[in-house]
Order: sequence, then C-alpha cells, then structure tokens
Amino acid sequence: MPSLKEQLKLRIESEVQTQIHVGRSFAMRLETRAYSDLHGTNEVNSGPLSLKGRGNAISISPREQLQAVSAHWSSNPSFPSNLQPHLRPNITTQSQHHQPLPSRPYHLHITAITMSAGPVHPSSEPARWKYLDRIRTRPGPFTTPEMFSGETSAEAMDKMKILVIGAGGLGCELLKNLALSGFKNIHVIDMDTIDISNLNRQFLFRQSDVGKFKAEVAAAFVEKRVKGVKITPHNCKIQDFDEDFYMQFQIVVCGLDSIEARRWINATLVNMVDETVEDSYKPLIDGGTEGFKGQARVILPTITSCLECQLDMHAPRAAVPLCTLASIPRQPEHCIEWAHVIAWDKEKPFPQLDKDDPEHITWLYQKALLRAKEFNISGVTYSLTQGVVKNIIPAIAATNSVIAAACCNEALKIATNCAPYLGYPENNYMMYSGNDSIYTYTFKHEKKDDCPVCGVSARELAVDPKWTLQELVDSFAARPEAQLKKPSVRAEGKTLYMQSPPSLEEQTRPNLEKTLAEGLGLMDGQEIGVTDPAFATVSFKFRLKFT
Amino acid sequence: MTEIVMSQTPPILHGPSEKERKYDRQLRLWAASGQAALESANILLVNSGPGTVGVETLKNLVLPGIGRFAIYDEARVEEADLGVNFFLDEDSLGKPRSESLTGHLLELNPEVQGDWYPNENVKTLDSLLTSSPVFTTIIYTHPITPENLSLLESHGQQHQTPLVAIHSAGFYSYFRINLPGAFPIVDTHPDETATTDLRLLTPWPELAVFAEELTKNIDDLSDFEHGHLPYVVILLHYLERWKAEHDGSYPSTYKEKTEFRRIVQGVARTQNAEGGEENFDEAAAAVLKTLVVPSLPSGLKEIFEYERTNPAEQKSGFWVIADAVKAFYEKHKCLPLPGKVPDMKAQSKVYIQLQNIYKAKARKDAAEILETVQATAGGQTIDPAEVDLFCKNAAFVKLINATTGKISRADRLNEVAAQEFRNDEQAEMTLQPLSLLPIYLAMQATAHQVETEDGRGWPRQEEVLARVAKMVPGADENERVRQAVEEVARAEGGELHNVAALTGGMVAQEMIKIITKQYIPIDNTCLFDGISSRCQILRL
Repeated sequence: MPSLKEQLKLRIESEVQTQIHVGRSFAMRLETRAYSDLHGTNEVNSGPLSLKGRGNAISISPREQLQAVSAHWSSNPSFPSNLQPHLRPNITTQSQHHQPLPSRPYHLHITAITMSAGPVHPSSEPARWKYLDRIRTRPGPFTTPEMFSGETSAEAMDKMKILVIGAGGLGCELLKNLALSGFKNIHVIDMDTIDISNLNRQFLFRQSDVGKFKAEVAAAFVEKRVKGVKITPHNCKIQDFDEDFYMQFQIVVCGLDSIEARRWINATLVNMVDETVEDSYKPLIDGGTEGFKGQARVILPTITSCLECQLDMHAPRAAVPLCTLASIPRQPEHCIEWAHVIAWDKEKPFPQLDKDDPEHITWLYQKALLRAKEFNISGVTYSLTQGVVKNIIPAIAATNSVIAAACCNEALKIATNCAPYLGYPENNYMMYSGNDSIYTYTFKHEKKDDCPVCGVSARELAVDPKWTLQELVDSFAARPEAQLKKPSVRAEGKTLYMQSPPSLEEQTRPNLEKTLAEGLGLMDGQEIGVTDPAFATVSFKFRLKFT
Repeated sequence: MTEIVMSQTPPILHGPSEKERKYDRQLRLWAASGQAALESANILLVNSGPGTVGVETLKNLVLPGIGRFAIYDEARVEEADLGVNFFLDEDSLGKPRSESLTGHLLELNPEVQGDWYPNENVKTLDSLLTSSPVFTTIIYTHPITPENLSLLESHGQQHQTPLVAIHSAGFYSYFRINLPGAFPIVDTHPDETATTDLRLLTPWPELAVFAEELTKNIDDLSDFEHGHLPYVVILLHYLERWKAEHDGSYPSTYKEKTEFRRIVQGVARTQNAEGGEENFDEAAAAVLKTLVVPSLPSGLKEIFEYERTNPAEQKSGFWVIADAVKAFYEKHKCLPLPGKVPDMKAQSKVYIQLQNIYKAKARKDAAEILETVQATAGGQTIDPAEVDLFCKNAAFVKLINATTGKISRADRLNEVAAQEFRNDEQAEMTLQPLSLLPIYLAMQATAHQVETEDGRGWPRQEEVLARVAKMVPGADENERVRQAVEEVARAEGGELHNVAALTGGMVAQEMIKIITKQYIPIDNTCLFDGISSRCQILRL
C-alpha cells in the first residue's frame, strides 16, 4: 500500500486529470469524449481549499482540512458516525471507479469468500425491509470498511432527519424514494398549490387535489402508503425559516425549479458551517430536470464545489434587446415579449398581471397575434404565449424519476456509507441526457477560490471604466457568474448604490449616472461588494478589472 | 411545440382544453402527434422477482397517458413487497400482486385502461399471449423463468413486437431493447444550434439576387440600413468579393476562413453611435460554422447504404422517401434544404423576406422529392406531410438496430467484452471511464436466479464466476468482474427502490421514444451503476 502522503499526491493528480474533461456547457459536455482537446476546459484548481467558519476564513491544505474536519466529526458522539466518511484521511477505495485496477487486494478478498455476502443485520421490521437491509447493513466490495458499521446503520437511519425542498415533480418522487429507502423522519417545504398541469408527473396528486398545498397532500399520501414514516409538511417559502430550523436536519435534498431558491439554500447551508460545531455541515443534494435531461449533484458545504461555484453552468437565457421588441420584431417570441413587456404596461388591462390567469394570457396572446400579423410573422399560439410568459420548462414523469432516484441514491449512501457516494474526493456531479440515446457524464466540479459564497478571494469582473454605475448594475443580471437582479453596490468605505430602503436609494441614485473611473473614482483592481435581497446573507466580492 | 388550432373565433374560446392543460408540459416535448401515438399504445409487463422496476416503468407511462397496459405477475403480495414497491399497501397483502398493482396504477390517470393476469379466465402467460390483441411493446423483468422468456421471444418474433428486458438488483441494473428490425427515426429533435443550414457556398439564384440587391451600394447605405443587413446577406456579399479576388474559389481552409472573418470584422462601421455593428459581429461569428461544403451526415449515409432484407421494410413509407432523398442527393449533390433561418439582427421586413426565400426553396426541394415518391410503386399513399418532415430533418434522420451481418449474440458479447477490457487497460491514459460491462456479466449470470424460501439459495461466487466464464471465457479472471459478482451477491436478487425507480425512469423514456418515434432510442443495452452514478450504452 502506498503511504498516506503518496495517496494524497496520487489523488490530487487524478483530480487534475479529471478536470481536463470538464467543459463549460452541457452541449459541449456531450461532445467532450470525442473532442475534449478541442473545447475549452475549466481552470485546474489544485491550490489550497478553504475551510470557512462563521465570519472568519482560513486557508489550509487539503490534507490538513481532511484531518481537521474528520477529527471534529469523529469526536462528536451525537453525530451519526457514518456521516463522517469523506473527511477521513484514509480514502483508498473512493477513487477506484476512475482508475484501472491492475493489482488490487480485492482479488484476494473475493477468492477468500466462498459463501454469499456477509450477514445481514435486520432492522426492526426484517420481513419488510429484507432487500434494503441486505445492502445497507453489510459491506460490498466498494464499501470502505473503516467508514461502515453494518450493525448500526439501520438504527442510525431511523433517527435521522432529512429535509426535502420542493414537493413538485422531483419532490413527489423524492418523498416516495426516501420513504422506501428507510428514512423515517422527513420534512418537506413547498409554498405552491397544485395546478392541473402538475398531474402528468406529480403522481401523489389527483384531479380533486387541484388548489391544495403540494407539501401537505404529498406528505399525507406517502405517510399513508408507507407505514412507519413520518412526513412533516411546511406550506411556506424556504426563506421563512432561519438557520435554527435548518440545523435540525442531517441531509438536505432539493427538487426545485428555481435557481434563486437553490442559491438561497446553498448560501444558507454554507453560511451555517461552523468549524467548531460538527453538526453544522449539512450535505446538500440537488436535482434538476428539463425535458429528457437533468442533473444530480452533491455539495458538502465549504468542502466541495457549491451551487454558486457551479452557477455559470446555468447561464441565463440571453434577453432580447428592447429595441428589437419595440421596432424590429422577427420571431413570434418577440411579439409575445412585446405584448408582455410593452403593451401590458401601456394599456394595463388588469391591475396586476397574473401569469396563471387564462384571461390574462389570452389578452397577451391576442395582442401578440395582432402584432405578428402586422409584421407578417407566423407561429404565435396560445401555448407559445404561455410558454414564453411563464418561462415554462417541459417536464415529464420519466426524467423526474431518474433524477430524483439518483439524488435519493446519494442520500442513502451518505446516510449509511454502504457504498461511496458522489461528493468527495472525486466526482460530485452527474449530468443525464436522454434526447439522443442515453448519456451520463459524471465528473468533478472544482471548488472555486473566488466563489462569492464559499471562496475566500474576490472574483475578477471585467468592466469598461467609462461605464456608468447604472450600466454596471444592469450587467449583473446577465452575467452567468452573477445573475443578480436587484444588486446594491458598495466599494471600500463607501456606498455606491443601494436598492433599499427608499431613502438610501434616493440618496445614492445620482451615482447611477456617474462613470466608474472618472465619476466615482473607482480604480483598476479595486474590490467591490454586491448584495441582493434574494441572497440576504451573501456579499458577492468582485475585483474590478478595467478593459 | 404543440400547435393549437387557430381560427377566426375569439381566442378566449379556444384556449387549451382540459386535456391540453393537463398534458401541457409533455406536449411541449412530443406534440399532439406523439401524444396520439402514446394514447394508442398497449403495453404488457411480465413481472417477476421483487417486481418494482417494471411497475416504476409503467407508472411513468400511465402518467403521460398511455392507452392501455396489462400486468402478468404470478406472485402474491408479501411483506417484503411493501418495503420496495410503492404501488402496494397493507390491504394488498396476500392478494395477487398484479391485481393490486393494476388498481393502484390506474388511480394515477383516469384516462388509462389496465388489466391484470393471471385471473380466472386467463391462467397462463401462454394463454394470455394467444388470447390478447398484439401488444405495442412487451416489457419483462428478471428473474423471469426460462420457459416464460422463450414464450415471449417467440411471440415477439412472430408479431414483430419490441421486447424490453430489465434487471435491477441492489445498486446495479441494466435493460436491453430488442427491436424486431431496423428502426428509423425521422423526428429526432436535434439541438437547435446544430440545424442551421444556410447554403452560403451554394446560393441559389433567388438568394443570390436578394443579397446583391441589398448590398449593391453597400458603402452608401445609411448607418441604420448598414447596421441592419442580415448577416446572411453580409456574408454572401463579401464571399462574392472574395471569389472575384481568388479565381472564383471560396475560402476553404481554416486559414482562409479566418482571413475572411478578419475581412468581415474589418468592414464593420465603428464611427456610428454604437461604436460597432452587431450584425457584423454576428456575421464574423458565423463564418467558421456556416461556410462549410455540404456533406452527407453519417446517419443518413448509413440509411442510404442499408441493405433491406425484410419485406416489410420494402413497403414502408420511410424507405420509399429515403430512396427519393437519395436520388435527390445523387442528382443535386446536396440534401433538400431544411428552410429554417436562425434569428439575426435585421429589419422585420427584410428578415421575413429572407425567411420566405429559404422557405420557398425548401418547399421546392420537398416537392421534387414528393414527385419522386409518388412515381414509386406504393408511393401514392404516402402522406406529403411525412415527406415534408423527412426533408426538414434529412441531415438528422437516424437508423437504430441496423443489422450487422450474421453474428450471433454470444459472439457479439465476446467481441464487445474483448474491446471493453482492452479499453479499460488504456483507461489511465485515455481518461475514459471504466467499462460497466462487468455489471452486465455478473447480472446476466444470475438472470434466472430465483430466491429460495430460506434465503440461502444464492449461488456461491465460484458458481457465478463459472457461469460468467461460460458466456465470456476468461472474464472470470477479471478483477472488476469479480467485484461486480460480489456486489451482485450482496443484493441476492433484491431490489433497491431507488435503483428500480431510476431504471424505470430510463426505460419509460426509451419506451416513449420508441412509441412516439421521436428522439433517439438507445441501441440497445443500457447499464447503470448506482455506486459511481453513471450509465453506459453497449450494443449487445
């Protein structure tokens, strides 16, 4: 066996190699196998990782970090012993899927076994959980023995509390899967009510449930169907809870359709990490789907790449310039956006636009249709109008089934350590595409030192010094790595622009017209802090780079 | 995109129907035509073992509104089923599993019909197959008995029914689709960005004249007009100039194209109010992507060269159209024009004119092909819309399950295994993920292994390895195969709900693709590893 030092060195080398595969977008990713040398690669980051506590940040080597966190976690008896895994320094088997295995000790191991796999440690209902217990209570060839305790894993799961965010397409599947994976105490948050268009995939809901709270109906259904599971619904927004609420869970699983909510919970969980409190590390498992495609990823807050590190993989759709909408429409979408953005505001047919009100959509549709006729543009339909205005993402049961199960699979592995899970030290992200055959790409997304949420350094921001502050403020919404819609901006020692309160907004508004360099005196290389009401706790740090 | 019928009545009256609202999120993927195909499908599930993966598959087909399903399952519900299968509850204990499953699945969608077997009238799989109308697809799950499997295989062969085999145990699963013959797909839904075909190197007269008209006094155009020339027109204009200066040849090498791009960038006006021109930026960005000599895509080449042996294929509309497209290609040295123009900076009127020029040419090409089709024996009955769709998608039409010689399945498995194991030896250098074939071998070796009452019936690992060696000699020596055998032994044929649900999702996606003939199905086996969380597709 190589020494620990050698192992770490090998692992870091293999991580660097893995990175070569990481392209920038899904489309590229699908071609990566064939064209990895032609496409862009993410920067290779083998520098020191950071371990951030509340309010303070220190920089240490990966090895020190592993030892430090591992020591914290293993010293706390209240924390399930099997939740410490990835932080133990001795991680020999986790990388085995990524390396050929010419001479491994497994050979001996296997030939030594002549009977079936080892003994099962039955849970309290052995007949019912027969199949699950075989997997969660005895090791397989990929289980790391030092991290696994078969005798206690069923009991540990009984005591665990797990949170599901979202009771929609993924959420329904997640609740079912978690309940049938042996999780007994589940909470679910969703503020939405059931719509008829949910019924093609959200299988816990019926026609008669339309209008009721998703979380409530879903929780009641699964509780009734799977004996012994307790599901607590919360019909509200995730932002309605504070850190004390989130602190009670061991694992958080997200099935959300909004990037903003994901960023909020990610920032909250990263912020909750206190290196002196072992319980404060909450693994976050996140799933998402679109049509036949989707992704599942695991985030170990402050230890691995977080959602904010990965934000540029979800670039916002390029907005159509206002002048195109106003004077030179060419596509049916341009006519619909014109009706939505310009005509509605001008004519105000109803006091407030309700995108779920068919009457409102019909008004927009008719307006768009007239405009399309005027310009000889074809293709405006009711369905397209609704799709553009509500930014509808196609969704089907089958894809939700794949992605939710992939997420739950990781939860089961994290909870019991019966097999290595996504997250650390290797791959943490699985992409799935079913459009053309089936293709998965499972890779490691690197943590970013300049991540505004979990990193330590400011992120470089290319700006034209002749820009006005208004132009800078507007640009944050479109930048893939920022995507901030209502940014407030501070520079060292002074407030440049605040969105609220109104008095401060009014006071800082004149700055918007000033140019960055001459008007406001900002300098090349200067750091600015940006906050947004959607991410109350986070200050995004940027370092200006004049172009 | 689903087309909603437009008429002169006020739009409020023809908003979406109840059904369109319920299925809105999926109609955006496969449109009304795909939905109609789903609604006329009739699926049989032959269930065995823990029996979750097939039910999870059906769940994902009942929700989007498949027409009808039937479950054949000889088991009665026991305690262990309730720990793994969501569509059973306490009340189901002791009842026929097929009955309880069917009842719970039907609750998901009142528009779907379902039947369960065996029942009083139909007691065996054999009698079910002989008494039922032909199924659209038959799914079966391992560990099916060898007797039932051979019944299904001969039935499938006789009725040309696709068969899907699924095996899910512990963290592993695979499924294999057995299609009765070559399976062509026209509506493959390629990535939007891949479909741009502007023919800038072979402009037809109408397009060339249009570009010439707009650019004849290009230097005298106002800033507004100059800044709103569509990039297609810009490129055509400067390509003409290039040709004039290069003995009538187009930029063809990478070096020439980048030189041409530099020229295009150089002629953009910068003294205007914006300090640059977006349309010229678009033109420069499009140079490398659009200045390509038309070539025959590999998928279509395979179709053109495919030797038809099945008499059913001779008569199918697809092959008649494919022959006509081939004739067109041989005559014109290019495919029919798809006719789509991407959005680009331009004045509305000019853009619409440009769009119409492309549309008109696409219609003309399609009409020529339709003429050939209708002159073919049996071609008169082919729907012109089918010809249209083929022409629009010609570059992306795909053939799945094309027969490759007379190689037996056993030999093919050995060929694939040799290749996969060779690749694994290079994996460190090539950085490719390791093969998942060991999972298939380990599972295939226990494909009919039934649990015994005392739970001690699982074969010893030497026994399983010996079975692997029988399929692929020497594979039992492979370390990763041994690991996979050990992992399979841990599950002893038991399912993890998770992995069954995940696999059921993948199988349902594939079924939808096959039933709707949209998107591209796998060819032909999908292996899943829930430990490293990834899939691999192999043709086995």
